[in-house]
Amino acid sequence: MAKIRFIEHTGEEHEVEAQAGGSVMLAALTNGVPGIDADCGGACSCATCHVYVQEDWLDKVGEISPTEEAMLSLSTDRQDNSRLSCQIEITDELDGLVVTTPEFQF
Amino acid sequence: MSENLTEMRASESPEQSRWSMVGKDPWTMPIEKIDLSHPGIWHTNEFLPFLERLRKEDPVHFCAESAVGPYWSVTKYSDIMEVDTSPHIYSSEPTVGIIDSYEEFTLPMFIAMDPPKHDDQRRIAQPVVAPANLKRLESIIRERVCNILDGLPVNEEFDWVKHVSVELTTQMLATLFDFPFEDRYKLTFWSDAATAIPGAGVVNSNEERWAAMEECLQVFTGLWNERVNAEPSSDLVSMLAHGEATRNMPPMEYLGNIILLIVGGNDTTRNSISGGVLALNENPAEYDKLRANHGIIPNMVSEIIRWQTPLAYMRRTALVDAELGGKQIKAGDKVVMWYASGNRDEEAIDRANEFLIDREKARQHLSFGFGLHRCMGNRLAEMQLRILWEEIMQRFHKVEVVGEPQRVYSSFVKGYTHLPVRLHPLN
Repeated sequence: MAKIRFIEHTGEEHEVEAQAGGSVMLAALTNGVPGIDADCGGACSCATCHVYVQEDWLDKVGEISPTEEAMLSLSTDRQDNSRLSCQIEITDELDGLVVTTPEFQF
Repeated sequence: MSENLTEMRASESPEQSRWSMVGKDPWTMPIEKIDLSHPGIWHTNEFLPFLERLRKEDPVHFCAESAVGPYWSVTKYSDIMEVDTSPHIYSSEPTVGIIDSYEEFTLPMFIAMDPPKHDDQRRIAQPVVAPANLKRLESIIRERVCNILDGLPVNEEFDWVKHVSVELTTQMLATLFDFPFEDRYKLTFWSDAATAIPGAGVVNSNEERWAAMEECLQVFTGLWNERVNAEPSSDLVSMLAHGEATRNMPPMEYLGNIILLIVGGNDTTRNSISGGVLALNENPAEYDKLRANHGIIPNMVSEIIRWQTPLAYMRRTALVDAELGGKQIKAGDKVVMWYASGNRDEEAIDRANEFLIDREKARQHLSFGFGLHRCMGNRLAEMQLRILWEEIMQRFHKVEVVGEPQRVYSSFVKGYTHLPVRLHPLN
């Protein structure tokens, strides 16, 4: 189990408890967290589950694959801490993870 | 309707008729003869059972002989996803159309490029249709939608395609390019000319098509010259003229990208605007749901785009030998992803053959494609449709379809040339 905090661009916060094994994207969707569209359903092929990972957690959320990098690079809102949340697998080590959702998914 | 079809078949050349599937029984004809590339069954709206048979019996289907040569048809959602997300195996070059470039009219454009050039050029154009810019455009779109709707006749028949679908999308295009507003119908003509099959109503020959394209290039070169010497602004021409990856484009590549953006922003949304009206008329219980809850509109927009699938396919070319759905694809083979079929795949989408405006996961459809070439203007398209339906519901009890729709003669652009309707005001 891991607690994950989603912060919307407006500052509104949502804390959810998620099972290890699923993705951060799924944790948002199953708990009704707004701001994540996930049009492709988790196939790393649309970039509409884009999140910004809080700096302290960047080295714990795993590497960006070339496919994820390619999709992210087309986003107009790309930042250094951008990730596709369908590509972050939840582990017990991610307990306390904080991510911010962008104003738009695109 | 049937008279029109007879006319159309009579006007086809023998070559076209030879390949047409119109009137054939999709379930009993030899499966190896099924050829989805011919426009006939798309024009007559007979394509669905052909797609269904292929999904069930031969989901990765080889058609050895057709007017466009041998090609593979990929018809299931998961296989389409695999092709769309494997650009290192399935290339978008030299063209994403089913007709080979050396035989036909082709222009260089980033939809038909692989990384890294695709990524560099797309990145230049993308901000104009990115949500941050759309926020700025929302009030303009709403104002135009209201003007168009308020100018329509009530309780009498008129053509929804001409007076709403084309009008709204053409105005939008003019805004995105900062194109002279009074000349905006030229954009529609160039868009139609670029995708039309010669002889099917828009242009009579490839020469006529090229004449239209030359005019388009000439006008847009004028706009380029004007903007390249001015301060950068947020319209597409200025963005291309000032963008690092695009400012040195040769003329044909500029034309190609302009045509891509015109077609992408025109045909697709236009046909989803018409298709939504038709789908709601064919599914009155859904229209009732919409009347009862306008909050359903954003979800309905996704469902309309799935249901319509305004571009029936995208084509790739295999770079290497590959296996797909148990079949051996050879390097150089033409591979066509039929989005119109994947969007009806019941293994991937619950009750895929029903139009349900409140369906769950409505956003998970193939109409925008997936991967690097995913539709760049998808949020703009959705916004236009959302605003249109919000304003329709403020004014009209029903947009009633009162005659047979006429469909485009194309296996690529899936849409309507004519949709007779009558408006019923709220009170």
